[in-house]
Amino acid sequence: QPLVFTKSAKYQTSETQTPYDKVTTYNNFYEFGTDKSDPAENAQGFKTDPWTLTIDGMVENPLTLDHGALTKRFALEERIYRMRCVEAWSMVIPWIGFELGTLIKAAKPLSSAKYVAFTTLYDPAQMPGQKSRFVGGGINYPYVEGLRLDEAMHPLTLLSVGLYGKTLPPQNGAPIRLVVPWKYGFKGIKSIVRVTLTDQQPGSTWNILAPDEYGFYANVNPHVDHPRWSQKTERRITTGGLFSTKVIPTEMFNGYQEVAPLYQGMDLKRFF
Amino acid sequence: MLLKKPLRLSRPWLLVLKTLVHLYLLGYLALTFYQAVTDQLGADPVQGLLNFTGIGTVNLLFATLTISPMARWLPCGDLMRFRRMVGLYAFAYAACHFSTYLVFELQLNFALLSSEIAKRPYILVGFSALMLLLALSITSFMAIRRKMGKRWQQLHNMVYLCLFLALLHYSWSLKTVWGDPLIYWAATLLVLYTRRQKLKNWWLSKRRKPAPVAKRAS
Repeated sequence: QPLVFTKSAKYQTSETQTPYDKVTTYNNFYEFGTDKSDPAENAQGFKTDPWTLTIDGMVENPLTLDHGALTKRFALEERIYRMRCVEAWSMVIPWIGFELGTLIKAAKPLSSAKYVAFTTLYDPAQMPGQKSRFVGGGINYPYVEGLRLDEAMHPLTLLSVGLYGKTLPPQNGAPIRLVVPWKYGFKGIKSIVRVTLTDQQPGSTWNILAPDEYGFYANVNPHVDHPRWSQKTERRITTGGLFSTKVIPTEMFNGYQEVAPLYQGMDLKRFF
Repeated sequence: MLLKKPLRLSRPWLLVLKTLVHLYLLGYLALTFYQAVTDQLGADPVQGLLNFTGIGTVNLLFATLTISPMARWLPCGDLMRFRRMVGLYAFAYAACHFSTYLVFELQLNFALLSSEIAKRPYILVGFSALMLLLALSITSFMAIRRKMGKRWQQLHNMVYLCLFLALLHYSWSLKTVWGDPLIYWAATLLVLYTRRQKLKNWWLSKRRKPAPVAKRAS
């Protein structure tokens, strides 16, 4: 469905955008299969209405948003962000959504809250990957992610409900997903049902599965290689075939230098 | 045995079948390259091509190893005439896999290639499999085979090691253990099962060999 939104001048770009059909057919969403083309094939019947998103934990004002509220309670805007996958490819995607900070503020966090934990829907009847280890890559579901509260409150951090002017297709994390453009794509948890504020660092699925390969922070960082491949460059997915393959240098924080102060004094090789 | 009488393939039949195998394996490769060049191979043509050539190599290695049990089971001894050809195609697909990696992923950065081989065990494993396949391909000519005598068979038994390394490379390249490679590992056990007698003989012959004389500890 088409969405009502504004375009903020700050988040436009001159970079070539990844075409809609590539953004929506090349997805890591293991709940629907481990192959990149699986989610587009297996998620088409996924029901996102009714939906309930709960914001709870260390907040004064716990909230629940129903399906309609996801796109209507907060003003939506379009933001064109670079998306860098930990597998060393990247896209440029026009997301539509609202700042996570706005939602958290509405729930009035307690001063003791330090982290935000996210949970994906657990519904093995609808998500074949949650039902079968072979389909879902042997991950323990539901998928969970986490951010430090200051990361979550950063104006770049987005809860997205759409892309290219329309509501999200199921394979991209409908009806609502996280987008943190300076972190690797796997931090962008999809089909969220719960946002919990806490004082403990929450678990994050890939970090639990392989802590030496995927850190809690997962900031895009060309100086810290994945143990199995280099993170110095990335393959930008736009248009054109094999001979127009674009390999570009990866930038610190995926080029979003404004987040650097969040990590002042931290050893990013250790907290990768 | 499946057939009452051994199946013989006449020369024209051999020619026709071999041509079909060539057409299929070359055609499939060419078609996939064409799709990659014209951006019809998924969102990321480089990844698409790497997957196709990599899995193609593994499939062809399996095909090579299935030919001799098939020849005995049917029986149709003439099937053995296809084994070298299929094995060489396994090498050809592996070479395409490596070239795709070098040209399109590493952008012909040879310094990066050598550091990746040195730094990343799964790349080293894949590269070793390729080098082994190269050695097997070079020595696949009849003249060399005759010259090598008994050592030829010893060298060409390395095809099992090749398969093992290729599967290790495949499993290791993925983010989780649970996936398609598991099916291939199971198939490997099946292939080894068809060779159980050979394996048993090899094991017994090793055990019969006199143990090397060890220096007595004083």
